[in-house]
Amino acid sequence: MSWLSENGLLVGLALLDGLSYAAAVFMVAVGLNLVFGVLRVLNVAHGSLYAIGGYAAASLGLFVASLGAPPWAGLPVLLAAAVLVGAILGPLIERLLLRRMQDREPVLQLLVTFALFMILEDLQKLVWGVQPVVFDAPLKWLGTVDVPFGTDVIPFTAYQLYVLPGVALATLAGLAYVLRFTLVGRMVVAVTVDREAARALGIDAAKVTLLTFTAGAALAALGGALAAPTVSLVPGVGASTIVLSFAVVATAGLGQVEGAAVAALLIGLGRSFAVYVAPEFEVVVPYAIMVAVLLFRPQGLFGVAETRRI
Amino acid sequence: MTRLGETLLALAGAAAVLALAYAVPWLRFVLTIALAKGLAVLGILLLLRAGQVSFGHALYLALAAYGIAFGTMAVPEALVLIPGAALLSGLVGLVIGLFVVRYREIFFGMLNLALSMVFYSVLEKFYAVTHGADGIRLGPVTYLGRPLAGEAAEWAVLAVALGLALAFGALVRVALASPLGEALAGIKTRETRLDFMGVSPRRVLLAAYVASAVMAGCGGAIIALTTRHVTPAIAYWTTSGELVFIAILGGAGSVLGPFLGAAAYELTRVYAAALVANAWQMVLGLVLLAVIVFAPGGLWGMIARRRPA
Amino acid sequence: MSVLLAARGLRLAFGGLRAADGIDLDVEAGEFLAIIGPNGAGKTTFINMTTGYLRPQGGSIAFEGRPVLGLSPRRIVGLGIARSFQLPQLFSEHTVLQNVALAVAAREGVWSALTPLLRPRYRDEAAELIGRFGLSGIAGVRADALNEGARKLVDIAMAVALRPRLLLMDEPTSGVAAAEKMAIVETLVRVLREAGVTAVFVEHDMEVVGRFADRVAVWGQGRIAALGDPATILNDPEVQRTVIGVVPAGGAHAAA
Repeated sequence: MSWLSENGLLVGLALLDGLSYAAAVFMVAVGLNLVFGVLRVLNVAHGSLYAIGGYAAASLGLFVASLGAPPWAGLPVLLAAAVLVGAILGPLIERLLLRRMQDREPVLQLLVTFALFMILEDLQKLVWGVQPVVFDAPLKWLGTVDVPFGTDVIPFTAYQLYVLPGVALATLAGLAYVLRFTLVGRMVVAVTVDREAARALGIDAAKVTLLTFTAGAALAALGGALAAPTVSLVPGVGASTIVLSFAVVATAGLGQVEGAAVAALLIGLGRSFAVYVAPEFEVVVPYAIMVAVLLFRPQGLFGVAETRRI
Repeated sequence: MTRLGETLLALAGAAAVLALAYAVPWLRFVLTIALAKGLAVLGILLLLRAGQVSFGHALYLALAAYGIAFGTMAVPEALVLIPGAALLSGLVGLVIGLFVVRYREIFFGMLNLALSMVFYSVLEKFYAVTHGADGIRLGPVTYLGRPLAGEAAEWAVLAVALGLALAFGALVRVALASPLGEALAGIKTRETRLDFMGVSPRRVLLAAYVASAVMAGCGGAIIALTTRHVTPAIAYWTTSGELVFIAILGGAGSVLGPFLGAAAYELTRVYAAALVANAWQMVLGLVLLAVIVFAPGGLWGMIARRRPA
Repeated sequence: MSVLLAARGLRLAFGGLRAADGIDLDVEAGEFLAIIGPNGAGKTTFINMTTGYLRPQGGSIAFEGRPVLGLSPRRIVGLGIARSFQLPQLFSEHTVLQNVALAVAAREGVWSALTPLLRPRYRDEAAELIGRFGLSGIAGVRADALNEGARKLVDIAMAVALRPRLLLMDEPTSGVAAAEKMAIVETLVRVLREAGVTAVFVEHDMEVVGRFADRVAVWGQGRIAALGDPATILNDPEVQRTVIGVVPAGGAHAAA
């Protein structure tokens, strides 16, 4: 108890930080997981979409600001950038590349996304350079909120407190609703469960795949765009994001939407506590959580155990 | 291709490496690194045979490379250091293997990735021991008791790398056609049948995994002795991805594939870096895409098709 | 005759479906025991429980007096029980010869990495076994290029290569073209008799059962409804109604 009272502020900050961090990670991981469900390939380039979403948001934001737009305009710009990136890159990648690879060995499909990752990493360096890009207008505009925590008060940015978790929650609720109660969502679920059977039922699997991949790309870009105001963008951000998302997806179990939220929370909080308590373990904690989970549940927290059919 | 054909090709390749290293001195470094990576990719090839992809074998490269860097402070003899480093990788591979062989496909790949990233951050964060991102310079190294430096040392490492490549190449070729190697291939197509034949697929995969760690260890040791400076970048996941890249580029159809792929990869990288300094990664990505789409058998597949066995 | 395999009180339910609801069954050394019954009755479940793929919720199985339940499929093979599959489980990228040779090698463990699988001893034994099954002509064909009948035989040959004392076969003739069915079964029975293997087989074709089984067990709703020699069982009106009734005599393979 005495540790908590002495370090209450630290715990509070770690909680708040972890929450906003988990929100951004969830956006990326849930897209990755959706895409995996439908395409059966773990898209290594998914992290690049996150990075490009972030860069695009920052560029667009800075551009709009230079035109003299009011500070609130930063928020819709973030959304617009994400939609733009998803709508352009998503179909392009799916149509030109992944669709052609569908009947190939899984290893080759994975490698195709790895090649794409290498290409996008450099492309992004060519477009935005290697200097850090900063766009924190939305953060500044919304200001800070004093969050009461026990006897202390923690000043925290309203953006990280409300906007990030808010959008993540809305995404979670929206996805859960769409997948359960809409025709399109049911079709996505059907293709995820059994592509051939879905086809036999008359579902246009190719269209569903295109749609899912585009949505996944947009979610990754949105994650990047939302995180953009809170970080400075540097080369390599895509690479570190993708391995973190892998950890979230494996922890959650493949194809799980709600599971991805729980795993993102677990890993987000774990990481931010590490940042405050033992910073040298910051990078290790997400993997430690994943390994611990897989030790006891080889299919992930919410994954369905597959028995090999004979 | 027949055994004789592959043996002759391997020997011709070895001769070509020596000739090139003599004629074009700066290629000596590139070719040694290519042989080192080819050794590691040979291990990746074993796992691919079982249908499994490790996105974390840079861990074993890095273990051996750092093992060498620290080892030079105690025992400066290369012919002690290299087996020691390979043993270190093999032992860690055994411990990690006991855990990861229970998983397949994506989970296998991701667990390997995760464990290698843990090691990466240990290398980067524990500055007091590892000097973080600055890395460690190797101390002076002796070869058979002779302190070599400069060009002589380069030739020595190249000779060791070439010897290891030939030895492990032959070994893996024999092993792939053995009961163990064929059972390994059985994991890819019908793992449950192995269980119902009284064979443990996990143990079969573990054997391959430990062997792959040892070979990656040899590769890491050679890399350390060649670059004489080790940094955490060698453990980063993109290095692991590079190994899988080379495996596909070279082709999984022969033990010559990894070395062919590694040479092509390193040369492409050197030229791409010289031509388009900021976009060499993009060039490699495009090459990889082209290989996957147009030559799924890799470079080896292209050669083997021209000269049927 | 001595009892080779003794099952007592086996119980296993999948949700509401009772695949086994107190099964007692003895398999005697040297016999060919056929298990017949309607689809979904739990016949395959018996094989799966005996070979360690499924764990019953209650009961016991003893092989040569030793308890089997709780052991892994791998350990059970070690005791001397092998099985074949309704859907042949072959190594699709290997040839027939390699498939069978791998099974021969598996008998001794596959731990040698420095000598070839197709060393003379393994190759000869595998080739000889393939010959006994009449498959010599396709020994070099990749498993994924075979027709269903050949796949079935290779699947069984792999099980026989393990030199089991008890062989469990799950519908050895399903998917086999009607014209070649009897020839295949005849081959099979001859090979198994020569090898002195006791066999239990799940079968839908009553003609096959009538000609080759020593005893027949009728599996109905998780219980052994009847057990006896083929002539008695196949002519029993109750059995004819519940089992054979849905499979008109003569057209048996159509429903298999």
